[in-house]
Amino acid sequence: MAAPKHLLRKLIPFAALIPMALTVIVGYLGTVLWSLNTSFTNARTFPTDTYVGMAQYTRLFDNERWLVSLHNLALYGMLFIAACLVIGFLLAVFIDQKVRGEGVLRTVFLYPYAMSFVATGLVWQWMLKPADGIEHAVIQMGFTNFTFDWIENEDMVMYTIVIATVWQASGLVMAMMLAGLRGIDAEIWKAARLDGIPAWRVYISIVLPMLGPTVATVLLLLTTAVVKLFDAVVAMTQGGPGTASEVPAKFIMDHLFQRANISLASAAAIVMLVPVIAMAMPFLYARWRKGHA
Amino acid sequence: MTGRSNTQRRSRSHFSPARLGIYAFLLTAALFFLLPLYVMLVTSVKSMEEIRLGHIFALPLQVTFEPWTQAWSSACTGLSCDGIRGGFWNSVAIAVPSTILPILLGAINGYALSFWRPRGSSLLFGILMVGAFVPLQVMIYPLVRVTGAMGLFGSLSGIVLVHIIFAMPVMTLLFRNYYAGVPHELFQAARIDGGGFFRIFAQVMLPMSLPIIVVAAIMQVTGVWNDYILGLQFAGTDNYPMTVQLNNVINTTTGTRMYNVNMAATILTSMVPLAIYFISGRWFVRGIAAGAVKG
Repeated sequence: MAAPKHLLRKLIPFAALIPMALTVIVGYLGTVLWSLNTSFTNARTFPTDTYVGMAQYTRLFDNERWLVSLHNLALYGMLFIAACLVIGFLLAVFIDQKVRGEGVLRTVFLYPYAMSFVATGLVWQWMLKPADGIEHAVIQMGFTNFTFDWIENEDMVMYTIVIATVWQASGLVMAMMLAGLRGIDAEIWKAARLDGIPAWRVYISIVLPMLGPTVATVLLLLTTAVVKLFDAVVAMTQGGPGTASEVPAKFIMDHLFQRANISLASAAAIVMLVPVIAMAMPFLYARWRKGHA
Repeated sequence: MTGRSNTQRRSRSHFSPARLGIYAFLLTAALFFLLPLYVMLVTSVKSMEEIRLGHIFALPLQVTFEPWTQAWSSACTGLSCDGIRGGFWNSVAIAVPSTILPILLGAINGYALSFWRPRGSSLLFGILMVGAFVPLQVMIYPLVRVTGAMGLFGSLSGIVLVHIIFAMPVMTLLFRNYYAGVPHELFQAARIDGGGFFRIFAQVMLPMSLPIIVVAAIMQVTGVWNDYILGLQFAGTDNYPMTVQLNNVINTTTGTRMYNVNMAATILTSMVPLAIYFISGRWFVRGIAAGAVKG
């Protein structure tokens, strides 16, 4: 009687991890392998086992819409990340000057982060619409020649998505940078003061390098947000005008669920997976090293 | 932001130009961040006539709450015209189990990983952490097939299951890191007293996990409430969350667009996460910092 009970007790920790094991094996490994496999077939609506090698990848990079999506994502990604970092860092540094009303300011800068990308996209769509939004308001104020029609302009529409999402996410960067700034040893400031180094130099040459780990985490967060960019585009422009604001995530979703081309969509998904994993690996490795040190 | 030590000390009591510059910058930034909220609010209490005549920044001449009632109970979301109240209750029905179950599973995982360490668990955890970065688009179609095969596609259970899968990395990480700070002796003592896996979990670990449970709940409720893509794909038309209905109200309406109703609907949809944010304050920020790895 004692032996089976003992065995049972030993098995419980394993049993408790069954949901996690299933999630890892089916939810993560299984789905990625499934998509990888599908990307080598010519499946349209339903999976098939007719393999066509790398044909979907070749087709993908001949696809005008995919190339536009990639180009848009690269442009968007650079601007979004740069703007979030600069604005977030500046806000954090200025808030860190022992200003009055710090709590209120922090709340104001971070509240957009609590809003969904859908709501964000819809508000900005309304504000940026030339006929009703900012353009119209400025014209009514007397500046009759004013134009601000970026959201309807093929060359400028990506910038409107940058504006809306930077508004949503830069408060997050501010919060993380501020936490980083507060963690910096006060001795450094004393030493810099004794040496008569101007505060801005200390921020650029000493503080910023010390914030390295924070910046790395922020970069990783922003990069994953870039790759995921979908909701905001759907809410703001639906990829338009024309295909001017198409992004890879939307290309994949459209080909999976509307254009019945799951093999092409899977190839596109795998193409998006590779750089993300490449970015994440050093980060995870550093974390793991820290955990084992 | 000024130079030397003595000037900086002086500037705290006086208002030097540099001090003014700091406040000017911060106030301008604050105005930019508040502008959309202001536009949403004033637009939502104007009549359509007033919107046509005036401009988006003008204060309402006459405040009307008609758009709010319309947004809540009679705006058209695609086929039906019942407002977004249905979406609100759908979002509640999705968010409650999609918060409780991932937290419970995350706590069990973190506890098992920190104290029991069954063979192979750290490998599983490693893969799960890499999994946190897999773009959703890679997983979404296979998950449609999996939930379909289970008969859960387009149902409440289906969307909850999908939320559990996507929440597992960050929830597990949160609790694992939290339990890493719990003294191992405590666990050893509980084992010597004859406590089993679940007894130690329920009677020793859970009661002291309240802070991390609050952080996890804030993160998960906001995340699930703001989700659009998963709800659209997995919940089915009867269970569409509020975000999906909101987008339908605004982007699929034909005929005249009711901007005041649209903005009221947008505020209504954002109300729950905003309320959580304003009430929880620093806890919200803690959640972000703790879950920085969220993919």
